[in-house]
Amino acid sequence: METTEALALPKTHYLNAEYGIRSWLLTTDHKRIAILYLISITLFFAVGATFAGVIRLELLTPAGDLVSDDTYNKMFTMHGIVMIFLFLIPSIPAVFGNFFVPMMIGARDLAFPKINLLSWYVYVVGAIFTLVAITAGGVDTGWTFYTPFSTQASNSNVLTAAIGVFIAGFSSILTGLNFIVTIHRMRAPGMTWMKMPLFLWSIYATALINVLGTPVLAITLLLVAVERAFHLGIFNPAYGGDPVLFQHLFWFYSHPAVYIMILPSMGVVSELIAAFTRHSVFGYKAVAFSSLAIAVLGFLVWGHHMFVAGISVYSAMIFSVLSFLVAIPSAIKVFNWTATLYKGSVSLDAPMLYALGFIGLFTVGGLTGLFLASLGVDVQVHDTYFVIAHFHYIMVGGALMGYLGAIHYWWPKMTGRLYNEIWAKLAALTVFLGFNLTFFPQFILGYLGMPRRYHAYPPEFQALNVLSTAGATVLGIGYLMPLIYLLLSLKYGRVAGPNPWKATGLEWQTPSPPPTFNFDRTPIVTKPPYSYEQQEADLA
Amino acid sequence: MPDVASPQEPPTSHVSQTPHVPGEPHLMHHFDDMEQQRETATLGMWVFLVTEVLFFGGLFAAYMIYRVWYPTTFGVASRQLNIYSGAGMTVVLITSSLTMAMAVHAAAQGLRRRIMGFLGLTLFLGIVFVALKGMEYYHEYLEHHIPGHGFQIVGADPNHAQIFFSLYFIMTGLHALHMFIGFGLLLTMMYMAWRNYFSAKWHTPVEVAGLYWHFVDIIWIFLFPLLYLVDRHR
Repeated sequence: METTEALALPKTHYLNAEYGIRSWLLTTDHKRIAILYLISITLFFAVGATFAGVIRLELLTPAGDLVSDDTYNKMFTMHGIVMIFLFLIPSIPAVFGNFFVPMMIGARDLAFPKINLLSWYVYVVGAIFTLVAITAGGVDTGWTFYTPFSTQASNSNVLTAAIGVFIAGFSSILTGLNFIVTIHRMRAPGMTWMKMPLFLWSIYATALINVLGTPVLAITLLLVAVERAFHLGIFNPAYGGDPVLFQHLFWFYSHPAVYIMILPSMGVVSELIAAFTRHSVFGYKAVAFSSLAIAVLGFLVWGHHMFVAGISVYSAMIFSVLSFLVAIPSAIKVFNWTATLYKGSVSLDAPMLYALGFIGLFTVGGLTGLFLASLGVDVQVHDTYFVIAHFHYIMVGGALMGYLGAIHYWWPKMTGRLYNEIWAKLAALTVFLGFNLTFFPQFILGYLGMPRRYHAYPPEFQALNVLSTAGATVLGIGYLMPLIYLLLSLKYGRVAGPNPWKATGLEWQTPSPPPTFNFDRTPIVTKPPYSYEQQEADLA
Repeated sequence: MPDVASPQEPPTSHVSQTPHVPGEPHLMHHFDDMEQQRETATLGMWVFLVTEVLFFGGLFAAYMIYRVWYPTTFGVASRQLNIYSGAGMTVVLITSSLTMAMAVHAAAQGLRRRIMGFLGLTLFLGIVFVALKGMEYYHEYLEHHIPGHGFQIVGADPNHAQIFFSLYFIMTGLHALHMFIGFGLLLTMMYMAWRNYFSAKWHTPVEVAGLYWHFVDIIWIFLFPLLYLVDRHR
């Protein structure tokens, strides 16, 4: 069975099938579009991280001395807008979903290749509007665009930024639509729903949220833009309008948006856990359906963002109970991953380090979410650093760790080359340590009562803030490291071969990098996903 | 980390298949057959229409909340609208749905000239609808019902009435925008029919455009009673 073929890159693959800038900008190949997205979201990650750097530097000292209060407002607003709408929401679906959804189901492309390309252009146009808003003086409303401040009082570029986010939203609608239709209609013969890799289940659940939630954000931002431009009164209390209605509409999308960010990472973790324990995921069906359960429950809990905004105590109680329910499918996933670890033979390659990091950090983020879902505790810690720490454990400790795990796992498939494993492991450790050093002190700060969105604070909070800023520095180094060694691997990396991790899954059955049409012949699927036990038996 | 990748027994068996099927000029490279391509396009439009429901849904939610809060003002403001024009527009639009359905039916039979005729009729009715809407807008401009500094209304709280008219213009305006997108689709379909793209075997674009057109009609079927009829019983 073992053959000693010399490893070489395939002669033609999707990267060298055509040359020239036109062959990239007009491509309809899902793999090339994924690369376009990878480059663009990396750029915006750098932009968003720069704003975070300014925030952490300002908070090094209690006095508001580095930037003015006004600039500080703009910094955290633009950090939020860029990181959420231009990095986290597209991240895993637009890069790895685009690249691997067709490959994992054995298709030659997504259902609508031209719409796929269109979605990237729509993203770029939205991003340009946002960049214009940033460079023309910034936005100071917070990423949430709360009215009536955003529609009446703020004299920053709210209109441009809202239009930018509005446009970028259509990009994620189009991507989600494409995934739903592709997964329904393009599966290879034998690829039944129950044979799909768990990554596809989570991408499918994410796409449902994209399609059902994003239009509501779009109409909400449109109302804000129209109200601001024409001085209408839809959300303005002076005219009898209701700012809380804005919050309802906004969070109807923006709470599920948290699951747009975390669900794809959960799918990645399922793939990684299986590949690096050489064991099928324990409780496959439970993990698959828990993704759908999160998508559905995610639409029923938006009110927990408004416990102190003046909603009735009864609706607050209902939203509180519903929010607790989200813990159930989340816990199903964590317990099943842990059970898989217990049964499997674990190898600690770099992608696996990120997956393990995800499980730990997501658990902390999820459990502190329960604190916030409890009405009494929420009143105490509302709008403090406790909230900041909680959602960064989910979005950075969870979503971003999953993203980094995905890029380390699939990089050899996408580029055909292996990165330096030692540096990769070091980077994973640096990110994990830096992350916890940055954000754990913020739980304590919030518990002690430090409010969010202030550029100055009482001196007794300084020690913890210094720790947090130090952690952010370590975290920044941890993010720079992969950028360097991954780029170096393009030139100096060893050739990976089709399946460096000996993973199951259709994406590993084709050369690395894959040919333009992915498969020479349409595969017929006969085995369940993650048939590692059988693979081990075959190899023995 | 595993050092050298060893090609393993693939866990799947393979069947030979060529990306291009002779005799199917409309089959795109990534589909296996025409049936799959047609079902994919149709499902794509249905999913898109779901996003549209949510898009307008946010507006309907806002409208209903304010209507519950300010029923008297919304009633007075609603009665300012021209019910005859609104009813006429509804008739025109429902008729256009009929002609659209006839166009899809003609496409299924591969009758090229009938496709073009019915699409043209649909387009004409759509234009009549938008023209009537434009006349209503002009009338509302004359009556000072445009929200803003010059806004006037008799017998109701002008602030709350402005909310009604803001939502009225946004909802009907977005609906009209969808009509214009529909005009673009109809013109494209007419051009494609004229160039003889369609046959009884392949006419998916006409079907998909039809789905869109009917959807825009249905939105109006909800807008008309909400905006025009909601307080006529008094």
